[in-house]
Amino acid sequence: MTSLDENRIIASDLCYAYPEAEKRAVDRVSMRVKKGEFLAILGHNGSGKSTLAKLFNALYVPSAGSVWVCGLDTRDDDLVFDIRQHAGMVFQNPDNQIVATVVEEDVAFGLENNGVPAPEIRVRIDDALRAVNMEQYAKKAPHMLSGGQKQRVAIAGVLAMKPDVIILDESTAMLDPSGRREVMNTVHRLNREEGISVVIITHYMAEAATADYVIVMDEGKIAMSGTPREVFTKVEKMRALGLDVPEMTDLAHMLRGDGVAVRADILTVDEMVEEVCRLSSNT
Amino acid sequence: MLNDITLGQYFPGDSPVHRMDPRMKLILTIAYIVGVFFIGNLPGYLLALAFLYIVVRISGISFKYLLKGVRPLRFIILFTFILNLFFVQGETPLIDIGFIHITREALRNAIFFALRLIFLVMGTSVLTLTTSPMQLTDGLERLLRPLQKIHFPAHELAMMMTIALRFIPTLLEETDKIQKAQMARGADFESGNLITRAKAMIPLLVPLFVSAFRRANELAMAMEARCYRGGDHRTRLRELKYTRLDVYGALATVVYIALIVVEGRLLG
Repeated sequence: MTSLDENRIIASDLCYAYPEAEKRAVDRVSMRVKKGEFLAILGHNGSGKSTLAKLFNALYVPSAGSVWVCGLDTRDDDLVFDIRQHAGMVFQNPDNQIVATVVEEDVAFGLENNGVPAPEIRVRIDDALRAVNMEQYAKKAPHMLSGGQKQRVAIAGVLAMKPDVIILDESTAMLDPSGRREVMNTVHRLNREEGISVVIITHYMAEAATADYVIVMDEGKIAMSGTPREVFTKVEKMRALGLDVPEMTDLAHMLRGDGVAVRADILTVDEMVEEVCRLSSNT
Repeated sequence: MLNDITLGQYFPGDSPVHRMDPRMKLILTIAYIVGVFFIGNLPGYLLALAFLYIVVRISGISFKYLLKGVRPLRFIILFTFILNLFFVQGETPLIDIGFIHITREALRNAIFFALRLIFLVMGTSVLTLTTSPMQLTDGLERLLRPLQKIHFPAHELAMMMTIALRFIPTLLEETDKIQKAQMARGADFESGNLITRAKAMIPLLVPLFVSAFRRANELAMAMEARCYRGGDHRTRLRELKYTRLDVYGALATVVYIALIVVEGRLLG
């Protein structure tokens, strides 16, 4: 395993079983999140992907194996709050993770908990709100915002803690398409510009297709992993795991089945257009 | 039907009264309440009225709006008035027909009791109208903080109030949604007598409670993920500070209380 500077999260032989559950929700998972990496974890309901996310944040403690977040062992009780500051988490339901009655107060919540002095809080929440393009809503009540805006506030709340990793646990699942785009654009920009590692737990294939690396979970184990192209071209295997592939990959797969010689590793509409143009110019 | 509920009925503004420290406003309101109980004659109430009127004018709220706050309590006020009128024993009878005995003392008592209630409601309304619920919880937390020494959960109380305020609109929205969903399936919330209508609320309340518990669970998880660990070592974004305005407010109230006491002694 490479040095700590390279890896934000390292899981080795990680297991977790819910109390009184017979089967392990996460079963001998070894993986890592590199510095500045955008990682997607896929899997159908009950595959253990959300449990895995909660293990990264010390919300759950491993039953066996271990997780290191920025070099900190999540089994160590004294490190819990450090770990949570390094690895921020955004949850699924935007309504159930906003604590305060004013946007800026909510962004300040984590900083207040960590005892950051007031002038410093002010600077950090202004920066965080600007980073998610929500500065004009600083004084608004959260229930007046759209779902996508609420999630961006939640991201700002995490961002204000200056995390190294942001984990989004199905954070776009309850949003409409435009809200989903807002959140994904924000997260991608933070990943690119601030160098923050991102882990998204999702079942939208289009979102996973934009990641650097994809992990597919099944029955608590890692079933597949690789770049989006490597993973999604295995259409049959993905189907067998109860998952879809991006529409364009599916189309390419069907075309190839009918004897059209398109590339198999197409993920986006643009790539499909390019490929079709290339084919038609050849003939 | 659910949108009529206004909690705290805050009236946003930027008057000197609005800008006062919530802690000072809480303390002064308590002083005012105590003052109201010291008043024993009509000129005293005129003094109180004058004081309230001045404060309300400074705060930029219309006095009519303040009076409107008394309206929901009119039955309670009427009830105490009547109760006092008939049941207070006195010596100088005014009316004495059959079983109805009303004495001068009873009438006096009844009027004062009603006035006292009205002044209490109006005075506390000034507080809630000029202070946002959040400032109010903040102020309350700071004021109660010394009690933490005897294990009074001041921070937890304030946190609970904040979360309650935060979730009131969310839960109202959800109630509305469930109600519509149940109505679409033929639930009837409007007809029948009191008992049938109360029973009709069950399909509304059960899902609402289930969802509230689920929300509480998720919120607790989210709070933990954001390093929440109770009130110790916590800082705040907005620190409360006493300003010159608070000194003026305190002085004004002290003068007012002194006037009431002197007036009570003189005319007593």
